[in-house]
Amino acid sequence: MTSPDLPAPVERPAGASLGARVRGSRLVWPALALLLLLVGNTIASPSFLGVRLQDGHLYGSLVDILKNGAPIALIALGMTLVIATRGIDLSVGAVVAIAAAVTCTWIAGSPDPTSASAALTGMAVAIALCLVLGLWNGLLVSVLGIQPIIATLVLMTAGRGIAMLITDGQIITVNNESFSFVGSGFLLFPVAILLALVVFVVVALLSRRTALGLLVESVGINPEASRLAGLRSRTIIWTVYVFSAFCAGLAGLMISANVNAADANNAGLFIEMDAILAVVIGGTSLAGGRYSLVGTLLGALTIQTLTTTVYTVGIAPEVTLVFKAVVVIAVFLLQSARVRAAFARLGRRGGPTRPVPRTAPARPVAARPRPAERVSPS
Amino acid sequence: MTATLPAPTLAAAGARRPRVPTSLLPVVATFVLFVVLFAVGSARYENFGSAQVFVNLFVDNAFLIVLAVGMTFVILTGGIDLSVGAVVALSTMVAAKTLQAGLPAALVFVLVLVIGATLGLMNGLIIHHFGVQPFIATLATMFLARGLCFVISVQSVSIEDPTFRAIATGSITLPGDVYLTYSVLVALLVVVVAALVLHKTRFGRTVYAVGGSESSALLMGLAVGRVKVGVYVISGLCSAVAGLLFSFYMLSGYGLHAVGMELDAIAAVVIGGTLLAGGVGYVAGSLLGVLVLGVIQTLISFQGTLSSWWTKIFIGTLLLVFIVVQRAISGRRPASRSTGA
Repeated sequence: MTSPDLPAPVERPAGASLGARVRGSRLVWPALALLLLLVGNTIASPSFLGVRLQDGHLYGSLVDILKNGAPIALIALGMTLVIATRGIDLSVGAVVAIAAAVTCTWIAGSPDPTSASAALTGMAVAIALCLVLGLWNGLLVSVLGIQPIIATLVLMTAGRGIAMLITDGQIITVNNESFSFVGSGFLLFPVAILLALVVFVVVALLSRRTALGLLVESVGINPEASRLAGLRSRTIIWTVYVFSAFCAGLAGLMISANVNAADANNAGLFIEMDAILAVVIGGTSLAGGRYSLVGTLLGALTIQTLTTTVYTVGIAPEVTLVFKAVVVIAVFLLQSARVRAAFARLGRRGGPTRPVPRTAPARPVAARPRPAERVSPS
Repeated sequence: MTATLPAPTLAAAGARRPRVPTSLLPVVATFVLFVVLFAVGSARYENFGSAQVFVNLFVDNAFLIVLAVGMTFVILTGGIDLSVGAVVALSTMVAAKTLQAGLPAALVFVLVLVIGATLGLMNGLIIHHFGVQPFIATLATMFLARGLCFVISVQSVSIEDPTFRAIATGSITLPGDVYLTYSVLVALLVVVVAALVLHKTRFGRTVYAVGGSESSALLMGLAVGRVKVGVYVISGLCSAVAGLLFSFYMLSGYGLHAVGMELDAIAAVVIGGTLLAGGVGYVAGSLLGVLVLGVIQTLISFQGTLSSWWTKIFIGTLLLVFIVVQRAISGRRPASRSTGA
């Protein structure tokens, strides 16, 4: 692999020109979409790109986008690895709610609800519980062999019930400076951004500078073959679910710290959808076996920018969902095998000497064997 | 249970004794579960074991029955439809708003059904012709439908139309002072029609064939494309019908109606014994699945001291148990396939 962050080396033959290389990269679409949104925003309101320093804190629309996008980006990071193993984690929204509920309940119930130690232990307990939930998801998927959508659906359904049980159905508010620091604190940049960035860098280094990323992809391409080749598929699958739950838990802390409250019903509602969309827009194949962390980051920022755009451009907030849906459908259609093949044909007509149709994905989604067929011995 | 599974199949093949086929076992299990839950309720609480409580399971879940029927078709082909809850919400919204504008109720029914079927068609076309995963395509439709609700109105819109209200509140009294609503009749009609379509038509057989193995179905020359698009149209249509029933139930249209109902529908189908991998399952099972969910809800409301969120936890646990059992059964797929398809 020539460059650690650009996935899918099959799409870039050695002799390809820079233009073809850029066109072949899956990062083009999300980057283009993000750029388009930013340009549109700047035209709509020229002050959009302005960032100012006040009391040692950075302010501005761009910083806002980064800050509000941090939880989605975090969850999407965890989701990327899960999707890379050909799985999906629907329970992240519920895990967000549980993390928020546990921390706030712990802080509110501690002898000194404003102390830093209460906040720290509360957060530690919440993260530990999230790791357990991740272990649970991983157990269902890797050991019991249940389809990921369904296995995580269980926690998605039951999880909010558990969060409600923890908070006793109330919205628990806390007033703890150390805790709000996680959500709305500043170290020049908002702390939420820095936290997300740290996780991103650690994951990027771990997965792209070691063989771990390659192993995750190989499990996603064919778990059985990976196992026969001597990989511990089961452990790897298990780990990505634990990591996903960890990310969701951390995002849950950010979300609840930002508003100093835990709302078991609404914290992280529909966030799994946003995260999955971020991953898909980022060019990670839902069929597994190929992922891009940078793409996911771009995807998460695109989604957050889209949300912000709706406000800055003055589109009524109630249209946001329609707007998002239309954009998302457009992105899916552009990414689909058939449209890509059509693009490839157009490209070939322009330059017939190209050796391979490199814009067509190496493994079209529709042509993959379905799980049921892989189970049967014949 | 798992150890004895292959035995009936072998016995049925060898001795031709009338035995329950393996693919029916989960449905039977769900039926037994329903009976046990209902019996527990009757034993623990007075007034539980009455005919009215039983009929109320249908009255309160008529829309969910219709949704689960549509979902059964989709899951039988190995797909999934996450947009159903949002389409229900959109249907209530469209119905409420057009009735407010003074359109006759009959025209409103047609309009809602057309919208539902169109959204389903869109799902099907995106999934089949562009190779987008069902899960993702219907997720986008879910966003779209919910968004459209809020475009129509952010507030809840109540339904005042006299014809609509008359249908909604009208009831039929059965012998023994048991009443039921017209919605129940609609739901039961949908179940019967769906069962006939699945078992008596070419379309239905192709649905099972596609779920069993899409490539085999294609090689056999079956109309795979038409069926794959068709099931999503059916699901969209069922969602629209469910949306109308839900409007009867709530007498209002609101963008946040039916949040998470797609999960209830999927849970009902799974508990009803339909294999998520596709190819095995019955509409009757889904009906039983809805009844099980309904009886759990009723039990919790009769208990009174348990908070309503226990419902979610119970449904989640039940879902888990059924999936694990499914997994144990589908581990023997060759056996279940031969009797199922």
